[in-house]
Formats: sequence, structure tokens, C-alpha cells
Amino acid sequence: MDWFTAGLPREGSDANVPRVADVAQRGVPTCRLEERIGDVRDRVRRKPVVVVDADRVVLGLVGPDGLTGDPAAGVEEVMDLAPVTFRPNLRIGEMPEYSKKHRVQHALVTTNDGILVGLIEP
Amino acid sequence: MLTVIERQRVQQLIQQGAQLVDVLGAKDYEAEHIPGAINIPLKALNRETTSRLDSRRPVITYCHDYQ
Repeated sequence: MDWFTAGLPREGSDANVPRVADVAQRGVPTCRLEERIGDVRDRVRRKPVVVVDADRVVLGLVGPDGLTGDPAAGVEEVMDLAPVTFRPNLRIGEMPEYSKKHRVQHALVTTNDGILVGLIEP
Repeated sequence: MLTVIERQRVQQLIQQGAQLVDVLGAKDYEAEHIPGAINIPLKALNRETTSRLDSRRPVITYCHDYQ
């Protein structure tokens, strides 16, 4: 059962330990797979954009640099197909070392179902 | 009868009076558990330790997430 990773209530001595979901930016710009880079760029300026489907399931991530190319190109051509993701209940202190080591600029917080919760900039 | 259910169904059953049993060890339970759950560690799960459960109401057992 994925109760905690879904961000549902918890009890216990660690219940109030800050989680990734507590610090994730909400209301992150999103776009659809079929959109063109130029249209997305006009809408979000220089921010990372999460590519989602109709159910807000994450399909990919486009960093600000990805939006600087041919405006007629599709989002699918420039998006990162495997962005780093964390589950909402991960304790902040437990964020994997590799994200620091590899200087991950953007990571996504998603539910087990892949639904977007927010964005982390470690 | 054993049935595997998802969290949405768990929420429904809790509303209807189901009992929640966390079968993790006591230390894990004390750190974090679903509100209202009681702790009966898996290794201690037997007729005696489950005697406090109401056999007329559904019982939901859970372990770590995904289990």
C-alpha cells in the first residue's frame, strides 16, 4: 500500500519530520507532449517545464536551456525522458547523495502513480 | 478471506469501521504509522495477539509502502 508516498496523514514520532513534499514548489509550469517549444517558451519564460499527460502523469522535463532552440520543434524532441524523481514522503535529509554529487538542478516530486506533486531545486 | 486493496479502498473501509494493523516492528511503528493503526509485529501475529481485534469488522494489515 502506498499510503505515505501518496502524502496521506501519518502518526508517530517522525510524523512531523519535514518531507520532500513539504518543500517542493507547487504550481510548476506544465505543458503537453504535442506542444511546440516556441509556444511553451512564450508562456513560461525561463523556467523548467514539466511535460505531463491529461492526468498530470509526468512524461518528461524541459529545462530552461531546452526552450532556446527552434520554436517550431516539438517538446518531445528536447525533453529529458528520465528526470530525477522523489516520492513525497522522503525525508529531506535522505535526499540521495547522487543528486548532490551530480549537481542535479531540478528534480520532480511524484506520487507512485507518476502524478506530479511539485519541483525541487536541490 | 484475504484481498489485496489499494489506498483508496483503505480510506473507504476505515470510514466504514475497518481496523488497521501495522505489522512492522515496534520501532518502525512508533516512528510512523497510519492514523488509528495498532501495532502487531508480523512475528508476533497469532491468535492471542489478534484477540483484541473485532472479528465482525474488516481487518486491514499493512507493512512498508507497496506491501
